[in-house]
Amino acid sequence: MLHTFVALVQDKPGALTRVASLFRRLNINIVSLTVGESERPDTSRMTIVADAPENAAHRIRASLYKLETTIDVDEVNRADAVVRELCLIKVAAGPNEPHGVRSRSQIFEFAQVFRARVVDLAPESVMLEMTGSASKIEGLLQVLRESDYVILEVSRTGRMAMRRGHHTSRVLKALGTHRLSPSDFPTLDPDALPEDETLPSQFDESEA
Amino acid sequence: MLKSNQTNQHPTLTGAEILWATLAGEGVTTVFGYPGGAILPIYDALRNFPSIHHVLVRHEQGASHMADGYARASGRPGVCMATSGPGATNLVTGLATAMLDSIPLIAITGQVSSKVLGSDAFQEVDITGITLPVTKHNFLVMRAEDIAPTLREAFQIATSGRPGPVLVDITKDAQQATTAFSFAAARPRPHRPHPMLKAESSSIRDAVELIQQSKKPVILAGHGIVESGAEAEVLAFAEAHQIPIASTLLGLGAIPAAHPLSLGMMGMHGESWVNNAIQQADLLLAFGMRFDDRVTGNLTRYAPNAKKIHVDIDPSEINKNVHADVALIGDLKEVLQLLLPLLNSHPERSEVSDARTQPQPSEWLRTIDASKGTAAVRDIINLPDNGHLYAAHVINDIWHEAAAAGRLEQTIIVTDVGQHQMWEAQYFKHEAPRSLITSGGLGTMGFALPAAIGAKAACPEKDVWVIAGDGGFQMTAAELSTIVQEDMAINIAVINNGFLGMVRQWQETFYDKNYSASPILSPDFVKLAAAHGIAGANVSKRPEVTPTVTKARTSNKPFLINFQVEKEDGVYPMIAPGAALHEMVRRPHRDPLLPNPEDE
Ligand SMILES: Cc1ncc(C[n+]2csc(CCOP(=O)(O)OP(=O)(O)O)c2C)c(N)n1
Repeated sequence: MLHTFVALVQDKPGALTRVASLFRRLNINIVSLTVGESERPDTSRMTIVADAPENAAHRIRASLYKLETTIDVDEVNRADAVVRELCLIKVAAGPNEPHGVRSRSQIFEFAQVFRARVVDLAPESVMLEMTGSASKIEGLLQVLRESDYVILEVSRTGRMAMRRGHHTSRVLKALGTHRLSPSDFPTLDPDALPEDETLPSQFDESEA
Repeated sequence: MLKSNQTNQHPTLTGAEILWATLAGEGVTTVFGYPGGAILPIYDALRNFPSIHHVLVRHEQGASHMADGYARASGRPGVCMATSGPGATNLVTGLATAMLDSIPLIAITGQVSSKVLGSDAFQEVDITGITLPVTKHNFLVMRAEDIAPTLREAFQIATSGRPGPVLVDITKDAQQATTAFSFAAARPRPHRPHPMLKAESSSIRDAVELIQQSKKPVILAGHGIVESGAEAEVLAFAEAHQIPIASTLLGLGAIPAAHPLSLGMMGMHGESWVNNAIQQADLLLAFGMRFDDRVTGNLTRYAPNAKKIHVDIDPSEINKNVHADVALIGDLKEVLQLLLPLLNSHPERSEVSDARTQPQPSEWLRTIDASKGTAAVRDIINLPDNGHLYAAHVINDIWHEAAAAGRLEQTIIVTDVGQHQMWEAQYFKHEAPRSLITSGGLGTMGFALPAAIGAKAACPEKDVWVIAGDGGFQMTAAELSTIVQEDMAINIAVINNGFLGMVRQWQETFYDKNYSASPILSPDFVKLAAAHGIAGANVSKRPEVTPTVTKARTSNKPFLINFQVEKEDGVYPMIAPGAALHEMVRRPHRDPLLPNPEDE
């Protein structure tokens, strides 16, 4: 099953290698990994989607947290997070294509329905940009294929996830760390924590 | 050496000098290493730091094991260093050994100049890449001003939480550049906080409940007890609630073997009553151990009736191999300090506490005791007298000799890997923490001799024994020369059976006695020792064992004893791969004149 982890890591050379190497060591396949700057200086936020058995999530998360370059890790599911992916699609749309030049207007229609944008027009092709959940992107690709369009190129970023609501993570609290003052982690708001039944019991440690 | 900087009070030093000054500031007095081109500036600066003693090794693997042995014996981080390229790669086995046994270790490697980094320069190797999976963390330092903060952070990482090895790779130009140095200013930022439980937390409540309901509890004592310094708390806990204690290999010594609640070693070559107690238990209290496959046997049939309370500082160990009904993530000492008063306040338990003055063994303890019978001694007594020496006798006699001399608590045994290692664990009774040093997780042959040098450097007042097989001893025997150069009185017992014994035993049991590549020819070890100027003796008869051991121990010089032992002896009990913990293969009954003790 797919697990989505959001990790805050130090932006240092080799930080990505450490994360990738961890998954290789655990013998777990990374489905997608995105990384970029975060709201904090010298800190990147990664979204890692991994295919692993259901009971592996806790260990992956704890192992990620064990990396010295990791500041925080969260595991999110679709219910409590916004998950998005960016996709670029290049569709063949030249005069010699089966649909001829008229095909372009149909591609524009599809784009409108799927809230994709046309970002490039070339004599032989059209490029679409789409942001959305993975299933919506797959929907557009499927419609294009089923309508006999030739898809020349697809480039997807992989998923990015962000937990809904105020806080970003509860791993520190989950690990029982309450020596922190709230100012150390301004995003950590225990009162805003939603109940999450899917967390393994040892991470469920409430501060009673 | 210390030129004062005009612009501030901090002296200006070279990166190399900063390295030594930082090590000295961290309390380092001994470093194990081997020089080479990319680390020469550091070696050049060593003469300015007389408080640090450098031990020249014969192979960098030796340096890593010495730093490891130093850390295991003393509890302080060990430090090793090597040059770039081959020097650095030679450290890898030692780093992996320390990683798997959670040993705090600092490895410093020289690296080619930052200007040529990535160009396949002479002796350039990506050592931070290579050691990524076998270190807790590693650093590449390319500027002199980063050396002190990085090193101090390395010490913090190596020693905090679950300890482990940290490698710091320093380019040659960083060693040569100069910058202002202040030890205090290089203080690392506070580490990410380690987990702290509270008495009110629900998992503590759950644990208390499980403990109070349990009729057949067993404590599984692991290496974490020693790392946490929780020996007294574990003992207080066990005594207050009369809970028997089974030990992992690395947990031996954490609890005195002679303590009435101490059962002995569990696992693949653990004693039958220990493994049976675990299989019959209704509650396992795992204290700083990680349910390694060598201690659980077949996982699906492991302790089927027992609830498990797992106390570990590393959350990634929870539910890794064995499902924990209650996980207490934190420092064992702190967790037990939380638990102890909660349990004592319970009315039923306070009766038990009263019983401490007049111990009343519970039914559970009596059951375990009855299943023990004479098994503990009879394996040794019943070995047939065919004129050959048995390794079990040798090890038992070394123990008796130390005990008779009142030196037991002052003795450190450093074993290699193989049959002798398991016999040591079975027949040498460890009463003190850090009195057994052995490579458990990685099972690194060649570990014993260098690790013993590290142990002796840390504890010169102690009697340090190497117990090694004829195979493993040859892997790092070059370090005999280091012993002599360092003038260290280390005693060496080579258990010489002419085989890679543990391999031979597996071939005997599982490969139809096809002794493929397990017979091993050895040099005359006593002559080899003599070539180094080390005294030695050959022993092949039981009556010679104790006098020779005494001679070695009292010689105040290094001494090697080559024990010529029975060639095809086996370690028992033994659990075959895939078998459950209670399905032990017992020692074959060999003397037809004696009743078979297994028939009782
Ligand atoms: C570096 C290394 N290589 C190989 C092994 C596999 N191995 C485990 S025990 C053993 C035999 C050890 O033989 P010896 O040193 O003579 O000790 P004995 O078992 O006879 O006591 C071997 C080869 C190992 N543990 N470590």
